[in-house]
Amino acid sequence: MSGITADDAMAEAPQERQGDSYLTAETGLASWLLTTDHKRVALLYAAALTAFFFIGGAAAVLIRLELFTPASDLVSAEGYNRLFTLHGLVMVWFFLVPAIPNTLGNFLLPLMIGARDLAFPRLNLFSWYLFMGAGLLLLAALLLGGVDTGWTFYTPFSTGYAHSNVLLAALAVVLVGFSSVATGVNMLATVHLLRAPGMGWFRLPLLVWSIYGTALVMVLATPVLAAALLLVVAERAFGLPIFDPRQGGDPLLFQHLFWFYSHPAVYIMILPAFGVVSEIVPCFARRRIFGYTFMVYAILMIALLGFLVWGHHMFVSGQSLYASLVFSFLSFVIAVPSAIKVFNWSFTLYRGQISFQAPMLYALGFIGLFTLGGLTGLVLASVPVNRHVTDTYYVVAHFHFIMVGGAVTALYGGLHFWWPKITGRMPPDGWARFAAVLMFFGFSFTFFPMFVMGFLGMPRRYASYPPEFQVWHVLASAGAVLLAAAYLLPMGYLAWSLVRGRRAGDDPWNATGLEWRTASPPPRDNFRVPPIVEEAAYLYHPRHEGPRHEEQEPHRDQGGGT
Amino acid sequence: MSGLSGWVPLWPPAASAEAGTVDAIVLLLLGLSGAVLLLVLCLVAGFAIRYRRGSPAKRGALPELVQSEVEIGWTAATLLLALLLFAWAASAQLGEERTQSDALEIHVTARQWMWKAQHPNGAREINALHLPRGEPVRLLMTSEDVIHSFFVPAFRIKQDVLPGRVTQLRFHPTETGEFHLFCAEFCGTLHARMLGTVTVMEPGDYARWRAAQPEGDGLAREGAALFVSLGCAGCHGAGGGGSEVGVGATVRAPRLAGLYGRDVPLADGRVVRADEAYLRDSILQPGRDVAAGYAPLMPSFAGLLGEGEVQRLVAYLRERGEQPGEGR
Ligand code: HEC
Ligand SMILES: [Cu+2]
Ligand SMILES: [Cu+2]
Repeated sequence: MSGITADDAMAEAPQERQGDSYLTAETGLASWLLTTDHKRVALLYAAALTAFFFIGGAAAVLIRLELFTPASDLVSAEGYNRLFTLHGLVMVWFFLVPAIPNTLGNFLLPLMIGARDLAFPRLNLFSWYLFMGAGLLLLAALLLGGVDTGWTFYTPFSTGYAHSNVLLAALAVVLVGFSSVATGVNMLATVHLLRAPGMGWFRLPLLVWSIYGTALVMVLATPVLAAALLLVVAERAFGLPIFDPRQGGDPLLFQHLFWFYSHPAVYIMILPAFGVVSEIVPCFARRRIFGYTFMVYAILMIALLGFLVWGHHMFVSGQSLYASLVFSFLSFVIAVPSAIKVFNWSFTLYRGQISFQAPMLYALGFIGLFTLGGLTGLVLASVPVNRHVTDTYYVVAHFHFIMVGGAVTALYGGLHFWWPKITGRMPPDGWARFAAVLMFFGFSFTFFPMFVMGFLGMPRRYASYPPEFQVWHVLASAGAVLLAAAYLLPMGYLAWSLVRGRRAGDDPWNATGLEWRTASPPPRDNFRVPPIVEEAAYLYHPRHEGPRHEEQEPHRDQGGGT
Repeated sequence: MSGLSGWVPLWPPAASAEAGTVDAIVLLLLGLSGAVLLLVLCLVAGFAIRYRRGSPAKRGALPELVQSEVEIGWTAATLLLALLLFAWAASAQLGEERTQSDALEIHVTARQWMWKAQHPNGAREINALHLPRGEPVRLLMTSEDVIHSFFVPAFRIKQDVLPGRVTQLRFHPTETGEFHLFCAEFCGTLHARMLGTVTVMEPGDYARWRAAQPEGDGLAREGAALFVSLGCAGCHGAGGGGSEVGVGATVRAPRLAGLYGRDVPLADGRVVRADEAYLRDSILQPGRDVAAGYAPLMPSFAGLLGEGEVQRLVAYLRERGEQPGEGR
């Protein structure tokens, strides 16, 4: 039945079983820094992203400390502006955008489609170096005194008035953009060219689909960001009049270009999270994903419509009311595919055999937080209400629900789910469940008060504020302590599990999917026998039968039958 | 201080007609979102408990009902709901836009990091704005440097203030009191200190307040002086009375007295209303809308005039336009 499981491999070459996982196949620093193995590149990204997560997180901690009191007492107003700019720049481009696609995606995409590597392994390594180069540029900008434009670089402030390292930061973002275009092209090519025999488009796991959609958006939208920021550089450094109204420029042009990238960027951050959750939920419900085709089309719809709603960031910018209404309409429409996803995850639970290990808790937390984040987006999409809540903490709460409550929770869920595959060790489930619950509540305590204070009128990017908002800031800052603990805790026990964790079998969760049909951790070339796919994804139970009561068991192995 | 008082408030004070509209939509959206959230919560929690591993609940294939019909059903339902919400919010906004009557016009100029306001009689204030209750207000706003945003939570309104163009904000204060004015668009170091107080008074109190302000050189009076000193009068005639070649002027230029508020035929066949925006454009970008029958000879004053000077000229031309018996 199962042609390429460890049994066969063991039978073929018993002594190799221990020795030649991708982690141990080669040794030495050079074997890592010059590797073209997608799994090792994924770990390189993971290391870099962890560092950036710490930097951006430290800025967030300082921000929350400063906002504990109404006065600007911990840092100066200048210092505060540099902190939130740093937090935004690092978290958006050096953590959230690459978070899932470049780590889990890089690691899993070839495994999930039965390929030996990405289509362009050297390009993959090259884009990591681009990423690191951009990261160093950004760090240089920070060490030389920071940036004070906000991550949005609005003109004419950024081109004519900011007195900080705008050029370095803008170039860093342009460069990191090239890195994500390279990754995107690589992943598109991989999905098109390297699927295993029998792996038709509608047999692809949803994580693959969502990374495919993400890669499309990356490749199409990122060049516009590069153009916008290069124009900022042109005006700031060389005085080319582009955005400065005193020389006939138009400051709103920048906002159009910027949001033409940055709205789709929201989907770059959240689509891969959808994919991760779509893998975890069926596995722990022992149930096929509900409405697979709808889920695929929802991903594609979101990727497409994501390009048409950028103007909802500009309702109060002075843009024509009719333009605003069109963007408002499209923003309401884009809620539909997102709602489909939420309902389908919920219905996947129906008649399942649900167990609640840590990855599942993260996934359920994701569903709750994402639903709230999405619903609060409807409020923002309606023009009259948007005029009140835009540029307040309401918006801050909304996008943190999507991008942190959503994407980061899913990242942690995925990390726990595939940790045994990546490292060969199980995460300690008790601790992991505790961290998952803590993350959900810590997150809610931190960001829910922001909805309230935002609706009360608290503007964003304020170092000091009128005292009547203090209650809400204190609540948020207190929640942030729990949240920080919930983010740090897994780093601790996951590191511990590398040494002390229980060894994982090839398929510890009894999951479907080709990545589980090879050793944990996988060998350098992923599969000892090239897999052949004969069935659709998520066959957790025979078609006309529910999952059985007793064992978690039955699913039939994909790639079997050879 | 009704607007600033109250401990741990959950809802901001509502002090304008717009606030009523916004709050109604917010309440509806809150109700609907709550219902959807509850539905998802019940589905997830309900299924999670009922179908926990090893529970005695019935498993097996999905019933007929829960096949793709359900999927199409809730897709359609969410789409319909989304469209209804959109239609409601959009029509509220459009309705607000349409019912605009004569309003008290106040000029607001933003700069790093303060708000300056100028009332029709020339009274000026900084980081403060006094308004009469019950009267529609129209703010004509522009910035001297970067983008700012005029935000009064109690009125539920916000509008970015941009350099190089005038944005408008119309609203209708309905409650007296003192309310926060915030800058909502990040504008540099002291963005968080770019605050002001909006004071809404009974109309009588407002009139008294305004009369008590140092009269200032009314905007329009200063504009008249500029009109001469900048050489506008040389082409447009003294007092904007118009000029014909041969009647002492070298260029034939249109009469400006009585222009404001009228429909102006343009050289390219369009007809536009001569409002403030039109006057501004005529001064700063004269080549854009050329009056029919005239050569595009008017020089651009963009870059030569500060924002304050443009406002004074426009105020002067408005005043000339409103004087009775001076129609073209
Ligand atoms: C060199 C002569 C000249 C000078 C100086 C001049 N204008 Fe003009 N202006 C014209 C001409 C010719 C037109 C008609 C063509 C056009 O619309 O561009 C005109 C058009 C206008 C209009 C539009 C009138 C309409 O009927 O549509 C306004 C308003 C105006 N000018 C204001 C001013 C002001 C204010 C100044 C001083 C700051 C000024 N002009 C200086 C020649 C001049
Ligand atoms: Cu957006
Ligand atoms: Cu500001």
